[in-house]
Amino acid sequence: MSKVPENAPQHCPGTASENAGKVSACAGCPNQNLCASGAASAPDPAIEIIKNRLANVKHKILIISGKGGVGKSTVTSLLGHALAAKNPDINVGILDADICGPSQPRVLGVRGEQVHNSGSGWSPVYVTDNLSVMSIGFLLGSPDDAVIWRGPKKNGMIKQFLSEVDWGDLDYLLIDTPPGTSDEHLSSVQYLSGAGLAGAVAVTTPQEVALLDVRKQLSFCATAGVPVLGLIENMALYICPNCKSQSEIFPATTGGVAQLSAELGAPVLGSLPLDPAAGARLRHWHHTRAP
Amino acid sequence: MLEDVKQILLVLSGKGGVGKSTVSTQLALTLKVRGYKVGLLDIDLCGPSVPYLLNLESQSVHQGPDGWVPVYLDNEQRLGVMSIGFLLSSRNDAVVWRGPKKTSMIKQFLEDVYWQDLDYLIIDTPPGTSDEHITVMENLRHVPQCSAILVTTPQAVAIEDVRKEITFCKKTGISIFGIIENMSGYVCPECSECTNIFSSGGGKSLSEIARVPFLGSIPIDPRVGMLAGQGKAAVSELPNCTTSKMFDELVRKLSKSPTNGNSETSANEDL
Repeated sequence: MSKVPENAPQHCPGTASENAGKVSACAGCPNQNLCASGAASAPDPAIEIIKNRLANVKHKILIISGKGGVGKSTVTSLLGHALAAKNPDINVGILDADICGPSQPRVLGVRGEQVHNSGSGWSPVYVTDNLSVMSIGFLLGSPDDAVIWRGPKKNGMIKQFLSEVDWGDLDYLLIDTPPGTSDEHLSSVQYLSGAGLAGAVAVTTPQEVALLDVRKQLSFCATAGVPVLGLIENMALYICPNCKSQSEIFPATTGGVAQLSAELGAPVLGSLPLDPAAGARLRHWHHTRAP
Repeated sequence: MLEDVKQILLVLSGKGGVGKSTVSTQLALTLKVRGYKVGLLDIDLCGPSVPYLLNLESQSVHQGPDGWVPVYLDNEQRLGVMSIGFLLSSRNDAVVWRGPKKTSMIKQFLEDVYWQDLDYLIIDTPPGTSDEHITVMENLRHVPQCSAILVTTPQAVAIEDVRKEITFCKKTGISIFGIIENMSGYVCPECSECTNIFSSGGGKSLSEIARVPFLGSIPIDPRVGMLAGQGKAAVSELPNCTTSKMFDELVRKLSKSPTNGNSETSANEDL
């Protein structure tokens, strides 16, 4: 990954390159000496800090999908709940890496909670005794507040989330990502390179327009060396609450997840129906336990 | 390059998967069917959907004497399309770029594409309020004929992200033409019971809170879904469905809008 700063001179070889500070383009650049000394090509010190911070987190799993609105956040929250409910001794953390559209506070029913800062770092918000969550949503003053940030600022936020949140001992850290293959994804993978990622779970819906983006995301995983643990198909079948008949709202015209799994060799971990009753129950559950 | 474009429409939504690209393509196709000359620019660099939706995936962009020549859907060149999808060698190729690279690509799309005279330029955006959006806003800030159409689905988790997008539009000073609510209601093919899968009315109440016009709601219609990948307009294939009526109505509203260069003469007559 070449690192060319935004304000670098033309033909900058990249700060981590062997030629950094040594080619003609570097003449006159204020960082020439720094680059030539080799300090810039050393690994980011944050990687080591994050490794130490997450030393007590056993499995770090990314929840990905190139496509938006396929249910990454819903799957992340349900998976978190399922892991935490199965065994009270298992501790689960959810990190919402979607900086521009954080959904975890809502899907977990903890909107309006505050994050506290203590000597050991930021304390995440606890949904149940063994399920904690951290999201930029907790840091915004109003639900209308937009986070209008370019990449470097988003990367800084993710770095802070990974290095400064006091998760305690966790068995699972689920990282919910935004759609796309850009800053948030590159940064998460890069910063966790020391701490070690268990892998990624990809969520998709059955129609081709979603699969198209998911394939791109999976080739990103292959390039970045992130193992794909499996695929989850969401919104596969629609169950009519009136007549209980099933229909395909987003038809898998190109073979759907089964085909993708065969192409890729990653297992299909499950298929979730589009069940309005489930959505309603979740909303009701949040209402009954809202403060 | 954009001074010859009479009106620029940004299709925005904070949330992904709500149907921005479907709305963009169907709006472009409807405008084309109604006789306008249309350009469609896809600035979703990490997940370009427009080439697939319009069945243009194998096409490529050419360099002409005046700039990049967009890919045309028809021989009369009434609908031109530009997307990063045309520049990738394989449809599985990922564009793994950080912000600065995305920014310069979008700048090129805005400056170097030779659209010729257009009545409408529709810009399809990725979800979020980040690099792509900031770049487009910065470059279009001084273009007066530019406005935004917001797409949402009715459920709270989508509305929440779209509220952020409204704040973004207000902060950057772009006028909001209106809100479209997509996926509102699904009619069961077995029992004809209409279920509001993603709840209902969210778009309408959002438009009231944010004081922006509500442009209409589109139900989940598998017949319209089947048009994806064919490049066919709902208004000509399914003239009687709710979706077609909504798009026809939207085109009528657009042609009457004061920001449209076309209506300048009629506005003067009113005086």
